[in-house]
Amino acid sequence: MDMNEIKEIFFQECEEQLAELESGLLRLNDGDTDPETVNAVFRAVHSIKGGAGAFGLDDLVSFAHVFETTLDCVRSNKLDASPDLLKVMLRSADVLADLTAASRDGGSVEASRTSGLVAELEAYAKGQPLPTSAAPAAAPAAAKVEAPAVEAPAPSDDSGFQPVPFSFDSIDDDDELAIDDSHSVFTVRFKPRSDLYAKGNESVLILRELAKLGELQVRCITDDLPSIDMLDPEGSYFSWLIRVETDQDEEAVRQVFEFVEWDSTVEIKAGADEEAFAALNASGEEQPMAAVPFDLSLLEDQPSVSSEPAVSETPAAAEETPLAPANLPLAAKAIAAEAEKKENVVPAAPAAPQTIRVDLDRVDRLINLVGELVINQAMLAQSVVENESGGSSAVNLGLEELQQLTREIQDSVMAIRAQPVKPVFQRMGRIVREIADMTGKQVRLVTEGENTEVDKTVIDKIAEPLTHMIRNAVDHGLERPEKRTELGKNAEGVLRLSAKHRSGRIVIEIADDGAGINRERVRSKAIENGLIAPDANLSDEDIDNLIFHPGFSTADKISDISGRGVGMDVVKRSIQALGGRISITSKPGKGSVFTMSLPLTLAVLDGMVVTVANQTLVVPLTAIVETLQPEKADIHSFGPSQRLIAIRDTFCPLVDVGNILNFRSDLANPIDGVALLVESEGGGQRALMVDAIQGQRQVVIKSLEANYTNVPGIAAATILGDGRVALILDVDAVVTASRGQPLSPDMMLAATG
Amino acid sequence: MRISGNDMLELIAFNLGDQEFCIEVISVREIRSWTPATILPHSPPHVCGVINLRGVVLPVMDLSVRLGMAPAEPSQGHVIIVTQIGSQIVGLLVDAVSDILAVPASDIHSAPDVSKNMDPELIRGMLPMDDRMICFIQLNALFASTESEAA
Amino acid sequence: MKKKVLTVDDSRTIRNMLLVTLNNAGFDIVQAEDGIEGLEVLEESNPDVIVTDINMPRLDGFGFIEGVRQNERYRAIPILVLTTESDAEKKNRAREAGATGWIVKPFDPSKLIAAIERVTA
Repeated sequence: MDMNEIKEIFFQECEEQLAELESGLLRLNDGDTDPETVNAVFRAVHSIKGGAGAFGLDDLVSFAHVFETTLDCVRSNKLDASPDLLKVMLRSADVLADLTAASRDGGSVEASRTSGLVAELEAYAKGQPLPTSAAPAAAPAAAKVEAPAVEAPAPSDDSGFQPVPFSFDSIDDDDELAIDDSHSVFTVRFKPRSDLYAKGNESVLILRELAKLGELQVRCITDDLPSIDMLDPEGSYFSWLIRVETDQDEEAVRQVFEFVEWDSTVEIKAGADEEAFAALNASGEEQPMAAVPFDLSLLEDQPSVSSEPAVSETPAAAEETPLAPANLPLAAKAIAAEAEKKENVVPAAPAAPQTIRVDLDRVDRLINLVGELVINQAMLAQSVVENESGGSSAVNLGLEELQQLTREIQDSVMAIRAQPVKPVFQRMGRIVREIADMTGKQVRLVTEGENTEVDKTVIDKIAEPLTHMIRNAVDHGLERPEKRTELGKNAEGVLRLSAKHRSGRIVIEIADDGAGINRERVRSKAIENGLIAPDANLSDEDIDNLIFHPGFSTADKISDISGRGVGMDVVKRSIQALGGRISITSKPGKGSVFTMSLPLTLAVLDGMVVTVANQTLVVPLTAIVETLQPEKADIHSFGPSQRLIAIRDTFCPLVDVGNILNFRSDLANPIDGVALLVESEGGGQRALMVDAIQGQRQVVIKSLEANYTNVPGIAAATILGDGRVALILDVDAVVTASRGQPLSPDMMLAATG
Repeated sequence: MRISGNDMLELIAFNLGDQEFCIEVISVREIRSWTPATILPHSPPHVCGVINLRGVVLPVMDLSVRLGMAPAEPSQGHVIIVTQIGSQIVGLLVDAVSDILAVPASDIHSAPDVSKNMDPELIRGMLPMDDRMICFIQLNALFASTESEAA
Repeated sequence: MKKKVLTVDDSRTIRNMLLVTLNNAGFDIVQAEDGIEGLEVLEESNPDVIVTDINMPRLDGFGFIEGVRQNERYRAIPILVLTTESDAEKKNRAREAGATGWIVKPFDPSKLIAAIERVTA
């Protein structure tokens, strides 16, 4: 593993931490007061900072540091997690995500965004929130932070996050630079307390460290050593007088004692103290316990030492005695009991299910192979039927079992690629905050069913339509806070995003508690745009669905948010392109609910197999509302070439699929075929004319683009039981083409080619 | 592309009508017999459609039409030469494979500029063999053109 | 004889960095993801020195160090705290819990190795 791989891991981890951060902040926002939530949030930022520091990602480090400092205040209850503060923090989480992305992919984050939040966070940490931090509006947000931003970032960079330099580090550096050979002499008196040893430090190792600085003369002072019966085996009785001759400065000498300065008395004086040494040497002659010149080389031959102190072989052995103290076993028991108690207090975390990381390519290959298996099984079944006029019962039974197994294998393999919608939902939190900021609205996003799983192919594609819908719901659905208060609603609007499984599909709902669809305005707008006749008799539902009509926008002025040409028609189209449907229900004054239902995978599809001009086509089942057997009386000509079919009390345009796809130049006689009633853009329905229905089945989706190119009117291909390729109809494109527009601009080129 | 020196070229020769053509063996993945193709709507006339090649949706090109000749009337006797250029796999519908050749690159003559129907970009050169004349096809040009026309 | 280091850190990134750094420096390495796992691993791995993070889920570095110090076998084992917190309060808490020394993140490999060598014989 090299640094690049670790960096890759770091960014992966950042993703996880950012998700953790956001969900934690949202929980706090919802009134969660569990200290562990704050801790988890703190840890997330802390972790990002730690890793970022290791890779020298300074922007990320300094922002994370400020963020962390403020979070620490919350963690230590110095600061209350007020809604205003949480808003700042959520925005900070967004910036942190952007900084992370910028570090990974290159690029940068606008300095004003960072500095503004830095100022706000620091103000909170100092207990002086900026006055305007509440309910930030789009424009003032940038201006407001300008002033404090100038001074604020400065302390953030060096406050606290300055690594404490190590002595050995400076030794290394200085050794090389040491041209200055003016050796200085220091006299050090070092008297450890027993705590020093209790913490795993060791006088001898300190002396060894000191010896790295230069020439050492060491005297061990044993005056305080009591008689053996008075001796506390864990006591500290020795002190050291050391003469250091070094080219380093006093700070370097002091650094050696960095780990032990609290647990010992350390006195460092510049200059030699020959008198003290002389005194020791003199007294040594009279004392039974002489100050012993300490030989550090003793250490060299020491085997690896763990908890056993190295000095035990020196005359100073008494310090750490081999005599087993009588009270130790007792103490040990007490400690053990204590530890046990502790153990019990700590809540056992639920065992996480075991997981492995697998390259996505491998899973995709497996899914492809299973797709082949499904096709082959179908082909086998078909040829048995064809060759054996029914086949023997044993063969049929075997085939049935094979089919069952194949289906199960397919489901299991699909499950491997299934993922919870959680990451996508989490991204929406940010979208909501951004749009709320831009529109000056107050919004709370509530998510449900985040763990609902859906195939990765779908996950990757729902984010975009979802983003548009969320933007739309905040921009158009929710009222401004003043208006809401006026209406007796909570100033803060609620957006509910939920996911669930329903009959083999995933259903995602976006519900707001806003004003609901303004049907009068939608209606007049539609009339204005010529979408409907002024006297058209439309149900509420019809009116609501007008918002999915191409080019329809109810916003009076084109706002920056949802007015950039992305209307609900585009959303609807992209959802339909995924084999999904979208609908809206709305209650005036109470809000609207957008419901989209999507297939669980884009790898297989439930289709209606049909015949059109001797070609076999597959029509996605989701597009089909119902199938009809047209009667002669129901068919009406309309205009030069249009035909309508009467369904109950409405007239629905007939679309001749064979003609649209250029399979035949003439129009088929509707009475000879079957009509598939499909939902088309804008809520209207179309009847697709096909020659015959062969049946329904699940098909494995094959790309046409891989070896060919996009084919107008065709969504993809599949392989049927007879081993032949069948094309999957792009219902929307066909319906659009039936309106007189060419199937696609490509088609013109292709036709002339 | 320049053909230089005495490098040996390994070629696969095939018939279209009464003419003989060849392509480099290195681009050929396999040769298989004709199976009916699924027609692609709005495709250019030289695209026969797509077939199932062990789970891969393989587009098949009628090389006769592509070279400006009369369309083939595919039967069981026809073969599809499955070729790969870059990441794409495309099948070429031809009447029959006639030969496998190894010839020095210097044997390839430049093509005379005579044909009105045939795109000169498609021809890499001519290979005289005894009394035969084999037209060496520029495979890349075939595909690039397919894409731009159909896309 | 190779020295064995037990590292306790909840960050995958840092765990990997420690692994690579210590491995290159010729140490044996045992790793744990939090304090609780650290105490479990401690018993079976018999390390010569411990490097631990402070902020961890389930059981943080302070609790972990206290746990180690209460263990008769390891009460004098050198424990280095790996921390981004350079302020005195955090260091004090670590010291009070029984830490031998600390390494301020971001650490560079030579500092880490030097610190380990400094507290081990």
